[in-house]
Amino acid sequence: MAGRKLLIENVHIPGIETFDVYRKNGGYASVEKALKKMTPEEVVEEVKKSGLRGRGGAGFPTGMKWSFLAKPEGVPRYLVCNADESEPGTFKDRYLMEKVPHLLIEGMITSSYALGANVSYIYIRGEFMYILHILEKAIAEARANGMLGKNIMGSGYDLELVVAPGGGAYICGEETALLESLEGKRGNPRMKPPFPAVKGLWGCPTVVNNVETIAAVVPIVNNGGEEYAKIGIERSTGTKLISAGGNLVRPGVYEIEMGVTVEEFIYGDDYCRGIANGKRMKACIPGGSSVPILPAHLVTKTAAGENRLMTYESLADGGFASGSMLGSGGFIVFDEDQCIVRNTYTFARFYAHESCGQCSPCREGTGWMEKVLHRLENGHGTMEDISLLEEINKKIEGNTICPLGDAAAWPVAAAIRHFREEFEWHVTHPAEAQTRNYGLIQPRVEEIKAL
Amino acid sequence: MHNMKIESPSTQDSTPIVFSAEMIAEINSVIAMFPEGKSKSAIIRILHIVQTHYRWTSVPAMNTVAEILNIQPIEVYEVASFYTMFHLNPVGNYVFEVCRTGPCMIVGSDEIIAYIEEKLNVKVGGTTADGMFTLKTAECLGACGYAPVLQCQYKFHEHLTKEKVDEIIEAYRTASFVN
Repeated sequence: MAGRKLLIENVHIPGIETFDVYRKNGGYASVEKALKKMTPEEVVEEVKKSGLRGRGGAGFPTGMKWSFLAKPEGVPRYLVCNADESEPGTFKDRYLMEKVPHLLIEGMITSSYALGANVSYIYIRGEFMYILHILEKAIAEARANGMLGKNIMGSGYDLELVVAPGGGAYICGEETALLESLEGKRGNPRMKPPFPAVKGLWGCPTVVNNVETIAAVVPIVNNGGEEYAKIGIERSTGTKLISAGGNLVRPGVYEIEMGVTVEEFIYGDDYCRGIANGKRMKACIPGGSSVPILPAHLVTKTAAGENRLMTYESLADGGFASGSMLGSGGFIVFDEDQCIVRNTYTFARFYAHESCGQCSPCREGTGWMEKVLHRLENGHGTMEDISLLEEINKKIEGNTICPLGDAAAWPVAAAIRHFREEFEWHVTHPAEAQTRNYGLIQPRVEEIKAL
Repeated sequence: MHNMKIESPSTQDSTPIVFSAEMIAEINSVIAMFPEGKSKSAIIRILHIVQTHYRWTSVPAMNTVAEILNIQPIEVYEVASFYTMFHLNPVGNYVFEVCRTGPCMIVGSDEIIAYIEEKLNVKVGGTTADGMFTLKTAECLGACGYAPVLQCQYKFHEHLTKEKVDEIIEAYRTASFVN
């Protein structure tokens, strides 16, 4: 049974991307409520009560992040929306912005009011240029209808919204790299502290939030934080957009209530409807390429045999030994014919390509991992190469300014942890590994041992 | 990114080129989006404008951007060379950037890339003899649920099959896609 939808419920209404239709369907109610009836502090309080956690991947409580914002006299504060959606497997923000652009604009206005920002920015990856135009059109409509500019809805509150494109750099999804980029520089992450909440855009206090996080502020303000928190389980409250891809019958973007089982999500009629072409699942990466891959038997059940749920806590159950992470909600499913070594190689290549080059462990380490995995995938690897990958991993992890190093190391470590036999088979059967995938000759994937 | 190669400015004629009045107007409207004294923030979008007009981002064009923003040319080069969407060498009329990261790979992007190479008789990185197409690969275009995917001049082409690739190439050849 499909759950409640708070974000993309109205996507199928014709014309919902226009101001008039959006407004007729209850749009901009949160702006009206916040600006006319609530103080900024009360809006922050509702967000705290909602339990909303950052939807970009880190899952940090949004209300707490907002409360860290420094408020020195006479210094502007900024809200920056992170629309640099680039994590492999993730395409939910693109969907939201394309289908309901006014939801993001509305969330930006309400959130900017709560934070006391009078100019806010949406930083969007350059490849999404067509969405930049959609957003600018929505902003122009909102402005023409008195939702942006001076004295919004007679409240005395002023706000300008600006959309700025990136130029093709995954690293700019990291919030301090994003700020560097927004200042017109290379996207090299900054040392922290100071955190953006104290010194962000142009040295001013700044909050950076993901698109979906900002959109979620709308139903939170409309219905109250407590209502929002009633959806979900434990510290995973509300709804979450999941972008499902890979070998599924029905890939796409789904809004789920937190707590639906992973099994229901993969096989249920309301969601992905199972593995494509009648095949069996071999593995799943539940939260974008940076989070650990899980073998089939640990996807729908935890190591303890409990049903795995689509929540921050349940997906992480078992730590990195037998669990993964909800991450950005980039849900990638692999059928029995997929080669884990090849997939891991493409991810290593991705991170080597996207490393900004600032920290040696990441700059050099991602390149070495790409080379070693290339050897293994192409039948020139040795058993020592597998241990070498583990060595490199340990030297990257925790030794870099930003989390890209960890994001590059974790997927490789997890692939070896759960699919070591398949890596070894590439070494012992180099010629065969060029003609067929391990899954084909060892289809009983549930028997692949976890370490 | 860190391994991006930029052709040495000394190997190209570096005389700044003159942008059209329309381009200047567009650039000024982007600069106006940012607070006074923060015009450097406009640089990435300006480079997109430059590339849309000239198809690639040349040293003379970057030098003009530096003049407009009143910054050193190196400040433009270092940005342009960091962001992979900017082509620092000449390209064909249409640039196909085919995604090849995991989620696209597991639904057949390798086969699509091989097919385009064969169809256009060009290797990844190369440009067709008639100067019509350049083939490049891309890392995750953020459209994984609609894979395999390629992007050409900001336009996404999704759910690629060999037949669809044929149609897309034909459509660009006859210029029925106008960006």
